[in-house]
Amino acid sequence: MKSTAISVSDLTKVYGDRPALSHANFEVPMGTVCGFVGPNGSGKTTTIRMLLGLIAPTGGTGTVLGHNISHPEKYLPQVGAMIEGPAFYPALSGRENLNVLASLGGFPTSRVQGLLDQVGLGDRGGGKFKTYSLGMKQRLGIAAALLPQPKLLVLDEPTNGLDPSGIQEVRNLIKDLASDGTTVFVSSHLLSELEMISEYLVMLRLGKVIFSGRTQDLLAAQQPLLVAKPEYAVDLGKLFEIAKSSGHQVSLVDGALHIVSDPEWAPSLNRLAFEAGVTLASLAPVFPTLEETFFEMTGE
Amino acid sequence: MIHVIIAESRKLRRPTLLFSTMAITVVLSGLFTSLLFLLINSKDGNGKRGQMISPASLSLPNGVVTGFTSTATLLGIVALCIFAAQTAQEYTFGTLRNLLVRQPSRMKILGGKYISMIIFAIVMDVLSLIISVIASYALAGHAHVTTVLWSSGAGYREIGHAFLNVLITTLGFGTLGMILGLALRSPISSIAIGVIWVLIVENLLALAVKKSGPWLPGYLISNVAEGGSVDISYQRGLLLGGAYLLVGGAVVSYLFKKRDVSN
Repeated sequence: MKSTAISVSDLTKVYGDRPALSHANFEVPMGTVCGFVGPNGSGKTTTIRMLLGLIAPTGGTGTVLGHNISHPEKYLPQVGAMIEGPAFYPALSGRENLNVLASLGGFPTSRVQGLLDQVGLGDRGGGKFKTYSLGMKQRLGIAAALLPQPKLLVLDEPTNGLDPSGIQEVRNLIKDLASDGTTVFVSSHLLSELEMISEYLVMLRLGKVIFSGRTQDLLAAQQPLLVAKPEYAVDLGKLFEIAKSSGHQVSLVDGALHIVSDPEWAPSLNRLAFEAGVTLASLAPVFPTLEETFFEMTGE
Repeated sequence: MIHVIIAESRKLRRPTLLFSTMAITVVLSGLFTSLLFLLINSKDGNGKRGQMISPASLSLPNGVVTGFTSTATLLGIVALCIFAAQTAQEYTFGTLRNLLVRQPSRMKILGGKYISMIIFAIVMDVLSLIISVIASYALAGHAHVTTVLWSSGAGYREIGHAFLNVLITTLGFGTLGMILGLALRSPISSIAIGVIWVLIVENLLALAVKKSGPWLPGYLISNVAEGGSVDISYQRGLLLGGAYLLVGGAVVSYLFKKRDVSN
């Protein structure tokens, strides 16, 4: 069994009488990519800030890289983080901003140019931060998070403002880091991105953890669909009746039938349709995406 | 702590901040010292609040630093602005979270930031002293001031004392700025409140409420640069002014250590 990079137990944060996070329990195994999802205001950033020692929990406990979160000085030298978007000094260049953080953390500033190259800012490092586009700022934030050559990388919405190729680069970067043994804890509203890279997921809703575990386990628990389309639209009614009479839930969406069923029933449906004189133009199993699962679970 | 000082010095030595501050220092020091000598025969006075400072008085060993000490309050105001801005900007830019992830000890962040700004203030005061002394020597002949005693051992001691006192005043105002920056978490608010309080509110209070001057922090801190005055002794300025800053500093340090960083 893998050891855990992050473990929280009953972690709670209350502002006034409003709980931002309520009795959260989850674990992130070491060396994995773990997606952290939830609607706006569900407590993601509050959780991340507590893990980084920026805000004090109201209750509960947690460990990061084996150390209690009440002693962030023991684990933060091995943690890289970008929280709620990149925040830097506008009057300093991108390079000098990284130099400030490198000096502060006691890391060699010789590491900075390599990181700028890695995130595609190699030739723009001398430009002032305030002249950067949103995507460039985001890249600089990622470079800053990589400064300590972290064992654990915490990224809060790392693909915000990036174009499709930038998003792909970040995805590849995360995959590369994970293959080198870095644990990546990443929150994003691009659920399709997380589905592609996350082995584990922690899902929040209204300050509560509603799922924590392997992404495949979550998706496997969802009911798959068979999408069937007859060659002629007039046969939709016949096909609908066939599926319904076989005990399946059916709905008509964009000229095709969505039948809640295991993919194994597809040959039977094909045969029944043929026997009823209906030719199928297409018949395909569709598994629910993380996005669909997310909406179903969060009720958003 | 040394890592924090190095990191902070990178921010303080950015050209726009460094050169503009040093330019202001040169202009203020040159202007105040020049006026002291050029207006020496003016019936409106050539010193603070219309005070007459004669050639005989300027010929004494402390004459070489009279211009420098009269610049102290404005150097202090410059320091107040810089200390306040450098502290509060971490909140407005949201950069405090980056700093605390790289250096989780909040007291080390605060201490390193303070030390780096003290070094900055020392550079500022050294430059001011150099400009003021050069201007004093350059204009002494024109004002019929003899400079023999300036170059004596007593003159050098006066330079040392004046530098120390002006530095204490500069750092006192700078510390006030840092306290305001930490308390208000906004550069504009902390600078505005600090400058308005020191330059306007305290003067109005001193005029409106008799004998309030010896209790006002800005008056007390300014007084140290002059080595004491008739109204406020040097020791009172140092001790009571220091006590105000110590209490204020302790309160905001506690807040800085305990407050959640949620921006």
